[in-house]
Amino acid sequence: MRTPISYFLLVSALLFTIGTIGVLVRRNALIIFMSVELQLNAVNLALVAFSRQQGNLTGQVLAFFSMVVAAAEVVVGLAIIVSLYRKRRSADVDDANLLKG
Amino acid sequence: MADWVVFWVIAPISVVSAVAMVLARNAVHAALLLIVNFFTLALFFLILGSPFLFVVQIIVYAGAIMVLFLFVIMLLGVDRPVPLTERIKGQRWIALALGIALAVEVALAVRLGIGFSRGRLPDFSHVNNGGNVRALANVLFNSYFFPFEVTSILLIVAAIGAMLHGRRDVADEETLDAPVEAPAGEPVP
Repeated sequence: MRTPISYFLLVSALLFTIGTIGVLVRRNALIIFMSVELQLNAVNLALVAFSRQQGNLTGQVLAFFSMVVAAAEVVVGLAIIVSLYRKRRSADVDDANLLKG
Repeated sequence: MADWVVFWVIAPISVVSAVAMVLARNAVHAALLLIVNFFTLALFFLILGSPFLFVVQIIVYAGAIMVLFLFVIMLLGVDRPVPLTERIKGQRWIALALGIALAVEVALAVRLGIGFSRGRLPDFSHVNNGGNVRALANVLFNSYFFPFEVTSILLIVAAIGAMLHGRRDVADEETLDAPVEAPAGEPVP
């Protein structure tokens, strides 16, 4: 394998950063949620890259668990977005201001 | 050598699709760009010696999860244009600056941690002896059996939680599809 592992880690860091910026600047709850998915995937890439570097499969098992947790998280998160939309008629996170003083 | 070429083809596509996803006005376009990004990540997993996660990434993420996303986008019809005004002044520039700081920080950590040079990697064909799926199952069911069982509880709780969120009480909430009853005593035109 000719590609250094650190290159994969840099791509992973870039994707995580892009996901973070997406969470910070977007206001549509669905796109914020997609950015969170992007962050989870970036961390999965880092885990698999470390697994390759260390020469054991623990990183891949961790990435597998993280996928399971992401699936559960998507189900609950989308249900919350649907119920938010049903109450407010909007998927804009700025409209969810019931706790605002 | 092959992984070098694949990496340099896939990495720009991955980053560009992620940036386009964040910038996309339309939620459907964002979902499709995210699918592109998931496919590139699957290829990264393949060249990192993990064919099992390659397949799972495509089936679970690009298949199931993104179909769920598209389903909700279509159900809610949220692909209407969003207002461009910022609620907090300068929010975008602050977010961009913080993001760049985060990227620089992680890059520095990688530089200090393992360096950018092409070090000697352990032989992975020995680890994947008998196939990646068999080796992964060996680790999963021997060392990580209890966490594996806990994830089943997690999935059940998530399913029940989603069901409770999705349920609506017809009695105390107006429904869109129920016909509005005319007030008593007035003739219906």
